[in-house]
Amino acid sequence: MINKFSAFFMRRKNWAIPYVVFLAIFVVMPLLLIVFYAFTDAEGTLTMANFRKFMLHPEAINTFVYSIGIAIITTLTCLVLGYPAAYILSHSHFNTSRTMVMLFILPMWVNILIRTLATVALFDFLNFPLGEGALIFGMVYNFLPFMIYPIYNTLQKMDPSLVEAAQDLGANPFQVFVKTIFPLSMPGVTSGIVMVFMPTVSTFAIAELLTMNNIKLFGTTVQENINNGMWNYGAALSLIMLILIGVTVLFSNESDGASNEGGVI
Amino acid sequence: MPLFREAYGLLFNLIVWGYIMQKSDCIISVEHVYKYYGEKAVLNDVNLFVRKGEFVTILGPSGCGKTTLLRLIAGFQTASEGEISIAGMEITQTPPHKRPVNTVFQKYALFPHLNVFNNIAFGLKLKKMPSATIEKKVKQALKMVGMTDYEDRDVDSLSGGQQQRVAIARAIVNEPEVLLLDEPLAALDLKMRKDMQMELKEMHKSLGITFVYVTHDQEEALTLSDTIVVMSEGKIQQIGTPMDIYNEPINSFVADFIGESNILNGVMIKDKRVSFAGHEFECVDEGFGENAPVDVVIRPEDIYIFEPSEAAMLTGTVTSSIFKGVHFEMMVQTPNGYEFMVQDYHCFEAGAEVGLLVKPFDIHVMKKERTCNTFDGKLVDSTHVEFLGCVFECKEVTGIEPETPVKVEIDFQDVILEDNEEDGKLTGAVKFILYKGNHYHLTVFTDWDEDIFVDTNDVWDDGDRVGITIAPENIRIVHS
Amino acid sequence: MAKAYLWLLLVLLYAPILIIMIFSFTEAKVLGNWTGFSTKLYSSLFAGNVQHSLISALWNTFAIAMLAATISTLLGSIAAIGIFNLRSGARQTINFVNAIPMMNADIITGISLFLLFVSFGISQGFTTVVLAHITFCTPYVVLSVMPRLKKMNQNVYEAALDLGATPFQALHKVIFPEIRPGMISGFILAFTLSIDDFAVTIFTIGNEGLETLSTFIYADARKGGLTPELRPLSTIIFVTVLVLLIVINKRAEKQKTDKIR
Repeated sequence: MINKFSAFFMRRKNWAIPYVVFLAIFVVMPLLLIVFYAFTDAEGTLTMANFRKFMLHPEAINTFVYSIGIAIITTLTCLVLGYPAAYILSHSHFNTSRTMVMLFILPMWVNILIRTLATVALFDFLNFPLGEGALIFGMVYNFLPFMIYPIYNTLQKMDPSLVEAAQDLGANPFQVFVKTIFPLSMPGVTSGIVMVFMPTVSTFAIAELLTMNNIKLFGTTVQENINNGMWNYGAALSLIMLILIGVTVLFSNESDGASNEGGVI
Repeated sequence: MPLFREAYGLLFNLIVWGYIMQKSDCIISVEHVYKYYGEKAVLNDVNLFVRKGEFVTILGPSGCGKTTLLRLIAGFQTASEGEISIAGMEITQTPPHKRPVNTVFQKYALFPHLNVFNNIAFGLKLKKMPSATIEKKVKQALKMVGMTDYEDRDVDSLSGGQQQRVAIARAIVNEPEVLLLDEPLAALDLKMRKDMQMELKEMHKSLGITFVYVTHDQEEALTLSDTIVVMSEGKIQQIGTPMDIYNEPINSFVADFIGESNILNGVMIKDKRVSFAGHEFECVDEGFGENAPVDVVIRPEDIYIFEPSEAAMLTGTVTSSIFKGVHFEMMVQTPNGYEFMVQDYHCFEAGAEVGLLVKPFDIHVMKKERTCNTFDGKLVDSTHVEFLGCVFECKEVTGIEPETPVKVEIDFQDVILEDNEEDGKLTGAVKFILYKGNHYHLTVFTDWDEDIFVDTNDVWDDGDRVGITIAPENIRIVHS
Repeated sequence: MAKAYLWLLLVLLYAPILIIMIFSFTEAKVLGNWTGFSTKLYSSLFAGNVQHSLISALWNTFAIAMLAATISTLLGSIAAIGIFNLRSGARQTINFVNAIPMMNADIITGISLFLLFVSFGISQGFTTVVLAHITFCTPYVVLSVMPRLKKMNQNVYEAALDLGATPFQALHKVIFPEIRPGMISGFILAFTLSIDDFAVTIFTIGNEGLETLSTFIYADARKGGLTPELRPLSTIIFVTVLVLLIVINKRAEKQKTDKIR
């Protein structure tokens, strides 16, 4: 018995088995359950009613589209503010210290609710109205580090001889940036976009707190339905969000994979 | 006056180059260039003139400053002092994109986000050439490097050799005056490297442009170049044709670095008469003066080895014999303790008694760069002297006031190296080892940032940390 | 100019945190009212006469994070070794599934686990929260251990077996020491992720009255006000994290320069 046991673990690939079982129970099965609940009613019979309800419910559709809009605006703002910061941080010419980089990442370690409440406090303090502006501003504040860090990372790791090669071939500093540095930092940009877009499009508590419950985002709709026992409808809305996220990830992998394909092999 | 200056310039070139060169021929000139990183000089008064169409190789061990020199020419770094001109234009401060040179980088530096065509077209597109012209030129360049039909390939999908070809194509398509190559073959395997060497040489011939090639591989340098520039420690040691460098190395460093050599201490008794390994030999060198200490270099293939006979200048015992493919490499120990490396087509087994002979013109005599260690120091009191950042005890000195600057001399064999760093007053690391037939001549880089030279019979390795002690009676104080 | 931009962004980023810190030194119930300097909030936080629930929420958060991070680190490290030795097809499949909890939105992970627990009639509480946290922490551990495995000499495990070690001894004496830095950073990452989590916790914590710091703050904020003692608490947490990170960073930098010398 002991021998068999030992022989089984002698093969190191078998060490993955406990985790594979864990993943099956806690990752795959729950996602299948979302699909199952989405296509059934409370009695467990197969139905499309949950999706029909979503389609016929203008408020739900509006919230959905509005959430995507807010997420896109937040993401773009983060990109516009974050790229220059990441560039300056990564560029040896500006001689920024590692501590400076750390200061930008540090807010990620503060509880997101505390950060949000702190932002609300700041707006209160400045008499800034808690509405759409506060929502976008608050989310940019919350997620800016998630944009800066991946871009900084790719810029940092970039082979400096590529910049030299571009200069050598006759590119002036502006051309070096447009034709070499920016395209090469695309993997960082896409992962930054994903890291900001995903939490903003799916957020629920943050929006409530930042707007005093005045603006409802799609995440809040989903959460309310689950909380109120509408599991099937909630699961259907979750599935819609899941598809949106899946599309985003696929899109980012696509643009990423084009430049990295050879590296994997 | 201008005439005088011209003549002076010619004379200068004569000294630096070893042969006369006309100004109009000169495509790159590097004059009195220094480059400092902080206090440390990585380039120290470098002077170099490259003729149009020449294949020049800058050769040296890692850290000798060869890559820095190339980067100064390319414009990625700027010289701390001195002047660099390309094609008659002073470009010391010009940014790289305005220089008429192109570079092939060590690890290729191909743009991973562009395919082969766009990599090669990069420079042409920046020049806003019409796309038909670009296409034609890129095709030509690809043909030149033997990569026709690879336009649409992703650069990451290419092998190392293919990436190298694309990198070369990307540079030459811009028709630069000078092509700079920074160890371009270092990442390739041996077979591929040999093939690429031949192709580079062909390419150089057909393009007719100047190549400046950086490498640490002496064989590569000998194979490829019209002119070799040997560098060490930020200084140019010797400039010459491969034949010159191999046959007439200017000092023991060059002799040791290029090919295999037997390097021994010798004494030039008088013109055409040199003594080493306990014997006197006839040679062809003259002008060293009488009884001058010299370095003697003999290539292992220039030593004749045979059964002991009348003709033998030296006798000895073979201690090891290794078959090297074409020839045998044998170590021969003489009765008085000198070791010679000998290469010959005939094999003598270990243990065999043999005779050795060297022809006079195969004995290369070179002036010693130094005969003892010399340091700037300061007398602390009559029995203590300070140099290399430490205070050493010395024999009693009279007639010199304390606090006076003095010169301190120590013979190579009087410097003692200790295994434990704590045992020495001064610490350092072994950075260069030269075998001199019966002892090792080491260069130790002290933590005071100055070199100390040591003769020893002990075996040390490159990079070993050592403690250094010097007996008081071996410290000579000279009033400066 | 460029540096000024960085400083401007930093000031914006830190302004809210600064406000909280400043107002932790006054007694006012409502944030934004300054009623004079006082350390009363600090003393009342430590005196324990805050509502008992804040302290117990803090304790729960810590216990959950400790448990989840420890289990994730062990599970993830062993899994990483296994995955590393799989054929590339199976490896890619597992890596894909492993990436799901990282790429997925927290709310979806939370809802999916909620549905799992209710479907099987598992009552939700401390255990379910820990399980949920292990679910989203382990992938990060796997990812931080993987690069160390790639760097490791592939024959050391065979060498250990060859010298008479059992697989477990080989794991303990050879592989773990090699991948330890990856395990440590994986543990730290898992710990901070668990402490910070809100969205997954809220769906798996049940309604038996169990609270973590996040759910406590959320409930508090929805009731309209922030418990004043949260201000000194946030300040302390923030300063601790700041000091820890600076120390780690300085040490890393020092090690780097030491190596160069």
